[in-house]
Order: sequence, then structure tokens, then C-alpha cells
Amino acid sequence: MPFKRFVEIGRVALVNYGKDYGRLVVIVDVVDQNRALVDAPDMVRCQINFKRLSLTDIKIDIKRVPKKTTLIKAMEEADVKNKWENSSWGKKLIVQKRRASLNDFDRFKVMLAKIKRGGAIRQELAKLKKEVAAA
Amino acid sequence: MVAYRFHQYQVVGRALPTPGDEHPKIYRMKLWATNEVRAKSKFWYFLRKLKKVKKSNGQMLAINEIFERNPTTIKNYGIWLRYQSRTGYHNMYKEYRDTTLNGAVEQMYTEMASRHRVRFPCIQIIKTATVHFKLCKRDNTKQFHKSNIKFPLVYRKVRPPIRKLKTTFKASRPNLFM
Repeated sequence: MPFKRFVEIGRVALVNYGKDYGRLVVIVDVVDQNRALVDAPDMVRCQINFKRLSLTDIKIDIKRVPKKTTLIKAMEEADVKNKWENSSWGKKLIVQKRRASLNDFDRFKVMLAKIKRGGAIRQELAKLKKEVAAA
Repeated sequence: MVAYRFHQYQVVGRALPTPGDEHPKIYRMKLWATNEVRAKSKFWYFLRKLKKVKKSNGQMLAINEIFERNPTTIKNYGIWLRYQSRTGYHNMYKEYRDTTLNGAVEQMYTEMASRHRVRFPCIQIIKTATVHFKLCKRDNTKQFHKSNIKFPLVYRKVRPPIRKLKTTFKASRPNLFM
């Protein structure tokens, strides 16, 4: 299988280790084989090891080391936030965060909803089984 | 962002004034050390090689830490050093790409330790400079000067995000591709 996600200027990546865990950053320059200069609208530009990054499919169109305002404008144009939140990876992370932040009452509501959904599935299954048995 | 092991200090000192020499020459050095105390010690080490003065008959006039002016831009650093190997002294010129000079110096010390088994006391930094990308000599740094640099990350070992979630055994083989 050929590689599809490359380290390149403008590649959006997710930080998967360390202080900035969970943050979406843009690779703005490559320091050397192991490190990239990375930037996001709400943080100071810093260098980070590739081991701490997970590359995503999203890429924006920027030149090497753009100014912060240029970066923000390019991110708006490429609509990174929406693309990320509509991707299956992004959606999973949002769900994980939501689940981690439930309080006890919410978990109770989830339990009731799961029971209701299970009941509806079982009713449908019973109907299908009866049709098969009748046929 | 990262706590650098080596800090750059500007150390200024001179010999104590004596009846024979009322205004001794003041010497200023920029050097790397892990802390201020060691920087002062290193200053006297170098000054003893230049002038007949010791810490006991000299005075420290100033010691200031020098910070990186632009820690958010990548620069190519050239470091000229003199090191002591098992057979004698040698000079070397090494190039590093980093955002700060302290980071490049740290890279240099670790590389010298790994490649040549030379430890910190046996290395003297002669000169450091930021090198314009056209004047870089080493292919290793020149290969990162392309403006359309692009490479895939080939061996992706995904780590648990915090050390607490680390396990010795895993149920299934990890996927190293993505």
C-alpha cells in the first residue's frame, strides 16, 4: 500500500502525547528528521517530535512558516475545523469527550435510552423471526 | 518549551587590580554550562589558558544568561569545536538544524558523546554561528532546505498517551503502518 499521509508544510496533525494532547496543529516547517515546527491558532509556535503527532488527511495551503494571521486565514479557508469534526476520526473523539464528561444523571439517561433501543431491536428481530418461521 | 540542559551565559571578569597593574584587562566570554556556578568555573578554566590569573586573584564582574531571540524560527547552526579524543586534540565543524542555539549545542554534546565517546569536559566550543542555508556544508542539513519538503512517516508505533496506560502485554499485534 503506498503512503497517503505525508509530513509536509500545511499538514494538519493531532498531538497524541504530552502536554498538548488532543490538540489539532498544523505543520509549518520541518526542523529535521524527527521534529517539526508546529503551529495552531491558540498556541505559541513550537517544535514537536513526530512521535507525538498523528497525521490526518487534512492539508491546508500555506507557505513555509506563515504569519499567525495568514495561518488562521488559511485554516478558515480550508475549513479545517468542520472537516475535522465531520470526519469519522474527529467524530469519534468528540463522542469520547462527551462520554467522559457525563455526570451521574446523564449516565442514568443513557442507560434508559440503551434499554429502550435494545427493546426496539428485539421487537423487530422477533417479528422477522416469526416471518421466517411462518414461511 | 523543553527545558534545555545547556544554558548560554555571558561571563565577564578580570584579574584583581594590583599595585603593578591598576586597570587589568577585562575579559568577556560566552559559554555554555548547565548552571551559573559551572559557567563561572568554566570561565576561569578558559581564562587561565589566556592569562596568568586564577579565581583566587580574579574577580567576576558580571554573569548573565543569554536567551534565544527567536525561538520560533528554524535556523541552521554551525558549531566549531575542539575536542580531546583518546589519541589527541582535534577540531571539528558540525551543523545542526534547530530553533534555538541551546538546543543545537545540546544536540552537539549528545552527538559527540554517541559518535565519538567524547564527554562534556573534553569539548571546547570555539565558535557558533547561524549559517545561511546557501552556505551550509553538510548534506544532512541541506536535505531539509527544500521548500516543498514531503515525506511519509514509515514506522508508526502508537504510544499510550500517558505512562499510566502503558501495559507490558498486548492482546493483538499493533498496526505500524498508520
